[in-house]
Amino acid sequence: MTEQTEQEARAAVYAAIRQVAPDVDTDDLDEGARLRQDLELDSLDFLRLIKTIHEATGVDIPERDYAVVTTVRVLITYVALHG
Amino acid sequence: MPALGADTEQGSVVEWLVKPGDCVHRGDMVAVVDTEKADIDVESFEEGVVAELLVEVGTTVLVGAPLARITQTPAAEVEPTVPTTSAPAPALARAVPVPGFVSPPMRQLAHRLGIDTDALHGTGKHGALTRADVEQAAAALSTAEQPPARHRPPAEQPSAPAVTPLTVRRVRSSPLARRVAKSLGVDLAVVPGTGAGGAVTEADVRNVTTAPPVAEPAAAPVIAPTAGPTAGPTAAPTDAAERAAGLLRAIGSLMARSKKTIPHYYLSTTLDLRAALAWMEQYNSARPIAERLVPAALLPKASALAARDVPEVNDFFTEGSFQPSAAVHLSVAVAVRRGGLVAPAPHDADTLPLEVLMKQLRDLVSRARGGRFLARINELLQNPEEL
Repeated sequence: MTEQTEQEARAAVYAAIRQVAPDVDTDDLDEGARLRQDLELDSLDFLRLIKTIHEATGVDIPERDYAVVTTVRVLITYVALHG
Repeated sequence: MPALGADTEQGSVVEWLVKPGDCVHRGDMVAVVDTEKADIDVESFEEGVVAELLVEVGTTVLVGAPLARITQTPAAEVEPTVPTTSAPAPALARAVPVPGFVSPPMRQLAHRLGIDTDALHGTGKHGALTRADVEQAAAALSTAEQPPARHRPPAEQPSAPAVTPLTVRRVRSSPLARRVAKSLGVDLAVVPGTGAGGAVTEADVRNVTTAPPVAEPAAAPVIAPTAGPTAGPTAAPTDAAERAAGLLRAIGSLMARSKKTIPHYYLSTTLDLRAALAWMEQYNSARPIAERLVPAALLPKASALAARDVPEVNDFFTEGSFQPSAAVHLSVAVAVRRGGLVAPAPHDADTLPLEVLMKQLRDLVSRARGGRFLARINELLQNPEEL
């Protein structure tokens, strides 16, 4: 995973978070934040989030991996690795 | 001005979606109204031609004030018909999502061009109807006949040439986006919207000022104050706080009234969801993200079927007796980000195929989370006994 891939993944994830949860300030986001508990995304928000990421990056997160992408950091890494 | 909540006394028109000469049908969205609780799309409950808009954008009027005059299609004049009654309406408890595929501007455009949106297949997100879809259908239709003539208003009505709608872009936008656009001198018509129904969001406006209009939001910086993950919106915190307070006031007042007038009882049970979840996983594995289900769609569907099968739990208490309801309108509570709750109700949830219910839920959640949803005002005003 190159530095650039990770930056691109981060940009896509942040943009998707801003779209789904406009009140979350991604400029000052703790990447350890948990998507469900800390960012308060519900299951429909989560679906919108990964759909937005898929449209931007082409990375599809299958349902069996939903349980894996728990935090912002893991989500960025996941997108970078599968991009 | 319809009553949009038990304690709503006034509202302001933030956008007209129709103009004099336009044909409207029952259920067509005609205006966006700003209340303390949210921007609400107001539907017409009459069919006819818009004769006159009585309230200018930005004007605040009291509940009950006429917003527009609609004349019936052939000749008969009917006095003000866009929501004018002052009957208090707990609209929020009964707000209903529109299936997400036709955004209001596209509905209006299709309507003006005489296109039946039901017959079109959208090519946008979630099968949403895009401008190109509508224009293509209009072009196809115009080879056979002159479509605009079908909805031509009476001759004396001022009406724009039929081609105008193609060049005028009606812009859906949030109040915050409009304020920011105004302060930055941005014309909303040139901002590509990424919000619900193509609405222009504040971020979209800022993107335009910092990047070419075609840039992905991801590429453009968003100006925001530094704060924790749950911080408020990026501008006008005082305004946001006021809105939040207004929202809570409206919720409190509606809930108090509901508890006072409706007998409450609570049923609960424990379900083994393994079979359902295994089925859902199987269903989802073969589908793109946009078509996948979540358990939050299975449970309301199951509840709706239960309410259909056991009508005793689906009735109204009126005039001292319980009256069974013929339909299952399922209210779903959705938490609003930054506090609050709205409870829109997909109609006929028992008969909706699961994927349709899922679409409606997805749409209503994204509206509710963004502070926008549609109030089925006409229905409320026409059936005040249901309130």
